[in-house]
Amino acid sequence: MKNYIKYIGILALGMVACEPEFENPVDANDAYTSGEADFSNFVAIGNSITSGYADNALYISAQEASYPNIMAQQFAKAGGGDFTQPLMADNYGGLLFNGERNPAFNTRLVLPFTDGGMPLFPTNLDEEPTTEVTNVLSGPFNNMGVPGMKSFHLFAEGYGNPANLQTGTANPYFVRFASAPNATILGDALAQNPTFFSLWIGKNDILSFATSGGVGIAQPVTEDPANYGSNDITNPDVFGQVYSNVVDALIASGAEQGVVNAVPDVTIAPFFTRVPHAPLDPTNPDFGPMISTLNASFAGLNQIISAVRGTNEFDAEGNKIAETEYTIEFDPAGASPLVIKDEALIDISQQITGALMQRGYPQELAAQYGQQFGQARQATAEDRILLTSSSAISEVDMQVLQAWMAAGLDQASAGQLSVKGITLPMADQYVLTEDEVTILNTARVQFNTYIQGIAQSKGLAYVDVNEIIQQLANGGVAYDGGVITAEFASGGAFSLDGIHLTPRGSAVLANKMIDAINATYGSNVPKVNVGTYGTITISNSVQ
Amino acid sequence: MAFVLASAVTYAGGYRVGVQGQRALAMGHTGVAVVNSAELGFFNPAGLVYLENKLTISAGASVIFSDVAWQNQETGEIARTDNPVGTPFYFNASYKLKDWLALGLSVYTPYGSTVMWEDDWAGSHLVNNIELQAIYIQPLVSVQVADFLSLGGGPIFVTGAVNFNRNLTRTLKDEEGNRSNVTIDASGVNAFGWSASAMFVATEDIKIGVNYRSEIMMDAEDGEADFQNIPNSPAVPFKDTTFDATLPLPAELTAGISYQFDEKWLFAFDYNMVFWGVYESLDVDFGDPNIPDSKNPRNYKDASTWRFGAQYTATEKLVLRAGYYYDESPVQEGYFAPETPRNDSMGFTAGLSLDVTSRLAIDASFAYIRFDEVDASYDHYIDENGQNVPFGGTYKSVAFIPGLGVTYKL
Repeated sequence: MKNYIKYIGILALGMVACEPEFENPVDANDAYTSGEADFSNFVAIGNSITSGYADNALYISAQEASYPNIMAQQFAKAGGGDFTQPLMADNYGGLLFNGERNPAFNTRLVLPFTDGGMPLFPTNLDEEPTTEVTNVLSGPFNNMGVPGMKSFHLFAEGYGNPANLQTGTANPYFVRFASAPNATILGDALAQNPTFFSLWIGKNDILSFATSGGVGIAQPVTEDPANYGSNDITNPDVFGQVYSNVVDALIASGAEQGVVNAVPDVTIAPFFTRVPHAPLDPTNPDFGPMISTLNASFAGLNQIISAVRGTNEFDAEGNKIAETEYTIEFDPAGASPLVIKDEALIDISQQITGALMQRGYPQELAAQYGQQFGQARQATAEDRILLTSSSAISEVDMQVLQAWMAAGLDQASAGQLSVKGITLPMADQYVLTEDEVTILNTARVQFNTYIQGIAQSKGLAYVDVNEIIQQLANGGVAYDGGVITAEFASGGAFSLDGIHLTPRGSAVLANKMIDAINATYGSNVPKVNVGTYGTITISNSVQ
Repeated sequence: MAFVLASAVTYAGGYRVGVQGQRALAMGHTGVAVVNSAELGFFNPAGLVYLENKLTISAGASVIFSDVAWQNQETGEIARTDNPVGTPFYFNASYKLKDWLALGLSVYTPYGSTVMWEDDWAGSHLVNNIELQAIYIQPLVSVQVADFLSLGGGPIFVTGAVNFNRNLTRTLKDEEGNRSNVTIDASGVNAFGWSASAMFVATEDIKIGVNYRSEIMMDAEDGEADFQNIPNSPAVPFKDTTFDATLPLPAELTAGISYQFDEKWLFAFDYNMVFWGVYESLDVDFGDPNIPDSKNPRNYKDASTWRFGAQYTATEKLVLRAGYYYDESPVQEGYFAPETPRNDSMGFTAGLSLDVTSRLAIDASFAYIRFDEVDASYDHYIDENGQNVPFGGTYKSVAFIPGLGVTYKL
């Protein structure tokens, strides 16, 4: 009897150890191969999207869905090692500087809804940030992505020095995890002896020009990047030199394989496309009834503008015979374009002032007209109206109203001439004009020529991110739950800031990068199912 | 009764748990035509009247070690269940009142399932974990109506419980980044059914049996639906509420034959059909009208099991048994849900009985259930945007079931 019990006991022990085993388990060492690549120590270099920045903030769950982290999880199935990230302290986003909040580093955006279930405008999550910038994390970190970083910052000593935060030459996101106050981003990356790298820089070298509405200049090759304004475009030759130096340094440190990403056309992200160039709707009860009055008041001004600019829009009797973008007219039957200020236009404020004075306007009033409409025109489909304008459009500018009153108008008339985007041209910061888009894309294409050329000469995997962005903006990318598009908030690719990617958008990018790596190095790293990655966070817990 | 808390793990098709007697299980779970012990209370109560002793009690429990693994070659994902050990049990008593009349009482757990995937695993929008439990309590009567024929049966009282957790969608999270999920919980769900059977003694050596157990609908009413990690938004309707759901415990019909070859050898064959076709959909109706009801098509089909067993009386005190069965899965293509991930399986069983005294025997059994690796998917999940999103991969299951019991005769 005892013996039987003993045998049964042995059987039972054997069973506990038995697990279901696949014939070809995907977690076996040889399930996936790395080909000629060595993923054992993967380091990612880049800026905001690389860090996981989304919804205008950096926070844990977005960092976990950064494209380098998604790739690293897949690399791990083909010989990849651990992948560490300088995680924020919370899932709220926002930074504290010596315990103080800073409005420039607020919590992440979430999407609130009305009680009726209609989406409102993205708003900051109502939470206290808990990530203290001066609480420096000890690395090293495989994800070296630093939001806001431009290409030349990779070599900038002191970019992670808290003492430089006051002067603006340090980046708080790098301060958080720089190995020493004067360490450089590239130095900290190289010190890890990476075996494989990803490099995606250059977007910020044009992005701040774009998001500032083209406030800034395209820098000449002779200028030292240390003297660049924050909204300037990095000189493409300077960029090319930086890029080449970075890749050489990485390869010299032992990372002979890697993947590099081109700079996409940022102006097709929702930040630049969400607000249409013609948002003024005649069925809007606040705008529609004003149209005939507006057109009557602009009629005189239009004749002056047309005459000065020599566009011959009117015949000798003053009848309109042609359409140009320079005169201002609102359509009672359809959507009208915004009135904007285009700094590339020849300033005709003097001529307007003079013409109005000839018509008997008092000088001060004529001068105010001249000043307001000297570079005005209506937007065209080629202009990008920035997301930041959506709360400003049709707002009354109190300063301008005061100026009109000072010029002699009563408050009601002054108010009517101070409506942003209608009577008051939208300021430069709200609009990326067609010319500015061209400046930006010219630089971008030159950047990409360098990136692709260096990738080719070094045998690196190259990803044309622009192709992906174009696909998202034109029809979308299919996945098992539908189609991912560049549509703001609902499209699934872009986070609520309209520029940075959602986890799902990052997954699409990571898959494309894995494709390029597999094709270049003969590996077969598996791709992720993008449908399991989320998009935006909906919440009414807002500030 | 301590084992009321016991939980059971699926190893037969669907959430049927075929472990209702060590002697029968050791013989491939045959028993509808085998007069052996009070295990007949479950397998064929008509046979109770043929038991020799005044009082026969058979009781026991098994320990089920069962796990499932899932993987997806395309993405390289892999997941394994971490199921707790299941312990189905049975208690059968038979008391012979007259030569032609026996009364009995049986308690058994023919349905149950505990499947615990890792929270937030790739299929978490279908199930994180589920625990089903049903305890059958049945008074029995067995009457010999002719020399060659007896009839039996009785009413069944079932008490059951369900606890089921899954994530609401593949991606919904709260502000803290935690996945939104729901747990539905109902216990003390009671229902009634019945079983009826016949045993035909063809010759001294050949018996034929047939047993039918009725379908029982477990109607969970006003259970608790607990929604967790829901973002604070009017756009998401989820709030804690009640729920109604019906889970069928399907009818089963078994017919079989046993043949006493000589003094030492007995052979048995059972054919079993479970009428799973009744399980069309698992629908959870939430009490709060703002919360959309959860419809989960199952579309099961009736499923058969073929069972073969042999018994060898080695010595006066020792009886050895072995068996085999083939268990057809009720799950149809495209309906392979990870909450009851069952494909066709084969059971290899063995066991023994050892008489400790003339009255008391110890019954031991062991079953190894073999499943083929299977590529399967559940194609009927509708996501939050109304899109039909299949969930598939490769599944592999194993189960080992050692069990111990006693047979007491007076």
